Amino acid sequence: MSGTASDNAANGLTAEEVAKLSTEEAMIVGAEIDDVFIVHRRERFPIAGTKAEKRAERAVAAMFGIGFLAAVAFIVVFCGAVPYEWHLPGQGSQSFHYFTPLLGLTLGISLGAIGIGTVLWAKWLLPEEEVVQDRHDRPKDPAQQMLTAATIVQGFHDTGIARRSMLKGTLGLAGGALAVVPLVALVGAMIKKPNRGPGQSLFHTLWGSGVAVVDADGKRIGPDDILPGGIMTVFPGVPGGVAAGDSPTLLIRLRPGQAVKARKGQASYQWGDFVAYSKICTHAGCPASLYEQQTGRLLCPCHQSQFQVLEDAKPVFGPATRSLPKLPLGVEVVNGTQYFVAKGDYPEPVGPAFWERP
Amino acid sequence: MTRVTPNSDSPTVAGPRRFDKPRTAPGKTGKWIEERLGVSGAARNQLNKVFPDHWSFMMGEIALYSFIILILTGTFLTFFFDASMAEVRYNGSYIPLDGVTMSRAYASTLHISFDVRGGLVMRQIHHWAALLFMASMTVHMFRVFFTGAFRKPRELNWLIGLGLITLGLVEGFAGYSLPDDLLSGTGLRIAEAIIQSIPLIGSWAAFLVFGAKFPGTEIIGRLYIVHVLLVPGILAALIGAHMALLVKQKHTDFPGPGRTEQTVSGERMYPTYGLKAGGFFFIVFAVCAALGGLAQINPVWLFGPYNPAQVSSGSQPDWYIGFLDGSTRLFPSWEIRLWHHTIPPLFWPTVVLPGVLFTLAGAYPFLEAKLTKDRLRHNLLQRPRDVPVRTGLGAMAIAFYAVLLLSGGNDLIAKSFDISLNAMTWGGRIALLVAPPLAYAVAYRICLGLQRHDREVLEHGIETGIIKLLPNGEFIEIHQPLGPVDEHGHGLLQYSGAAVPKKMNRLGNPRRPGLVRGFLWPVRERAEIEAELRALEAQEAERRDRELTD
Repeated sequence: MSGTASDNAANGLTAEEVAKLSTEEAMIVGAEIDDVFIVHRRERFPIAGTKAEKRAERAVAAMFGIGFLAAVAFIVVFCGAVPYEWHLPGQGSQSFHYFTPLLGLTLGISLGAIGIGTVLWAKWLLPEEEVVQDRHDRPKDPAQQMLTAATIVQGFHDTGIARRSMLKGTLGLAGGALAVVPLVALVGAMIKKPNRGPGQSLFHTLWGSGVAVVDADGKRIGPDDILPGGIMTVFPGVPGGVAAGDSPTLLIRLRPGQAVKARKGQASYQWGDFVAYSKICTHAGCPASLYEQQTGRLLCPCHQSQFQVLEDAKPVFGPATRSLPKLPLGVEVVNGTQYFVAKGDYPEPVGPAFWERP
Repeated sequence: MTRVTPNSDSPTVAGPRRFDKPRTAPGKTGKWIEERLGVSGAARNQLNKVFPDHWSFMMGEIALYSFIILILTGTFLTFFFDASMAEVRYNGSYIPLDGVTMSRAYASTLHISFDVRGGLVMRQIHHWAALLFMASMTVHMFRVFFTGAFRKPRELNWLIGLGLITLGLVEGFAGYSLPDDLLSGTGLRIAEAIIQSIPLIGSWAAFLVFGAKFPGTEIIGRLYIVHVLLVPGILAALIGAHMALLVKQKHTDFPGPGRTEQTVSGERMYPTYGLKAGGFFFIVFAVCAALGGLAQINPVWLFGPYNPAQVSSGSQPDWYIGFLDGSTRLFPSWEIRLWHHTIPPLFWPTVVLPGVLFTLAGAYPFLEAKLTKDRLRHNLLQRPRDVPVRTGLGAMAIAFYAVLLLSGGNDLIAKSFDISLNAMTWGGRIALLVAPPLAYAVAYRICLGLQRHDREVLEHGIETGIIKLLPNGEFIEIHQPLGPVDEHGHGLLQYSGAAVPKKMNRLGNPRRPGLVRGFLWPVRERAEIEAELRALEAQEAERRDRELTD
């Protein structure tokens, strides 16, 4: 606020004197009280009613007119002039395709015309002004600062908190403990001990010994379901197996002549030409989905980690550090048909690494 | 200080008339308010607040207006969105997904897109406005950085602005995760992996946020309340503080004739600037509305519901998260294993890097003041060329950010231009180290070159394009000096931090009186203006004559 405003209420003018001023003069006086000086001010069209002024006014009015028409068009389109219900191609009216674009177009034209009209009004028809305002950004009166400082320091002194150490200590204790309360209330309510409860462990998945290998629809999968070089995403055949975040497993049938050299102790995990790896990338947990059967490379589309299946899903490029865990695969015969089963859970945690992972 | 009559070059606009009558309806309303609130003094002060006019000051305005658009369209969306992860079978009007099992969040997003009249256009305006919100804040930050507007006394507003950008990132991520589609679900999967990567507390933090092992059943509901109440509330409060500080400290201003550290010049808020700004709000809204209707964005029905076993190739986050996606792609596979514990490689590019970047940005005003020992208050801006080190550092930061952002889409670039994906990754890794120092050097040299050119024009004048043949056969170009010259014909004007005119038609009064510019052709022709001015002078002379004879 202006420092001089209060002691110079109306630039020394009385109410009667102000009343005698024209409105414009009174406006200028009011601005100057707040140290706002209108150094240049004139009408854009000094003589009212010239052809040029009318032309400018008509242009602005035309903008507002367009704004009105487009708003009406929006309302008409919205209220049913164009259908909005979605239909398959060939089954009902396809003009719903125009509904959203027409809404955007009419609303955009209406808002845009009103906006442009308003700006033009300001630029063309308002008096042109060059105004200078005092920032009041000079160093403040040091006496003022000292008085404020004294007020604060004296108030603090009056509480005696500096010398009443018992009050300070107990208030500190109480305040400190109370400050923890909201933290405890929120974090305490939300906190969950990791790895506790069924299906909640980061170290284990729903796979286990004898769990059936099924596809996304829950159908059991056998060796005849995949051609050589083919892949299939499979899940543990247990309740919730398809939906769980760490279930997805990539079942790969190698091409004839391709061989995977297994990790130590995992030689029995392969069944014939079939290997199964966790589909969850060991980097950030996206499903590594893009398999190049010629080269045996598996690519994760999120951050481009690449795994070489023929080298037991070792990461060969990108930000991933660890190989994809391998599922021990076996086969059981039901009613004369072979179906895959897991011979156990993954031997290591699936997906992105974490602090507790060895 | 008492100057009742306007300056000599300010002929009164309305004549000596009084048209603010106390007995009219507006007069009575004003009296009613004044008798109860007593704010007429403060109100007049604010109405007369002066706003400088420069195109670069509009960036922050765009951010403010897109925030308002976000609140308007977002409120509409809340009436129809159901932030639940409970599973339903879809039976709405989008036949291709009929009978598919999905979360209620995804189903209600489909409902908004296909079964709520005008729902799709609102969704799309909301999304476009969010992209614009982040983009305009970023460009606004560049403006403030390169012109030195963050210097004392405005360091606090720099910090608040940085807070707004950070919260904007969180708000945007939470928002686009809500539909629970395949793309955003993949983003959430990565977010979980990032939280989980934090040493010591990672898995605890991940279980706390998600309420269970990923994906759990809580996260959409929690993100929803974060997105519609918690973060917007903080954003609104911070925007209020940002504006309050701006009003208190007033705008910065570029140096120029008549510009001083103690004053700000431009137009008053009421009526001129207010009308312009109000109109500009409508224009920003118009752009968002047109984009929302005509340019499809985030068509979640094409992605399908989230499913941890699926991902679409070319899955990119919204642009403002892209730099983190890029850093994640570029960072090498360096995992630290210590005493049966693991620090995953994901931790460095997604937690440490943004932490360092935002800390550096927040500390910059204080670092610069400390290193340059600059303790003065600054209200006049600097031209970027006059501070080559800062401009170079800014170019360096932008180059770093640009490499990360491009790398966030390196798979799309590889596909479009038939480049090896691995080459893109390696290119990004090398560019991340090479491009920033290069950008610094180039920006620094350009600044020096521009500085020299300014000095040259001040010393020798503007090239007129007129070639003169001297008697000895030499050709010289005639230069127009900008001001008084010494005995050698060298200009005496000193560089003052203001733009130097470099073309003949930039000389003279930059604001020709009475000229009204149109978009395509002038609203008023020159002859017209001159005729009016002559008529005005005649009137004035007649009035003077009358006064003399009276």
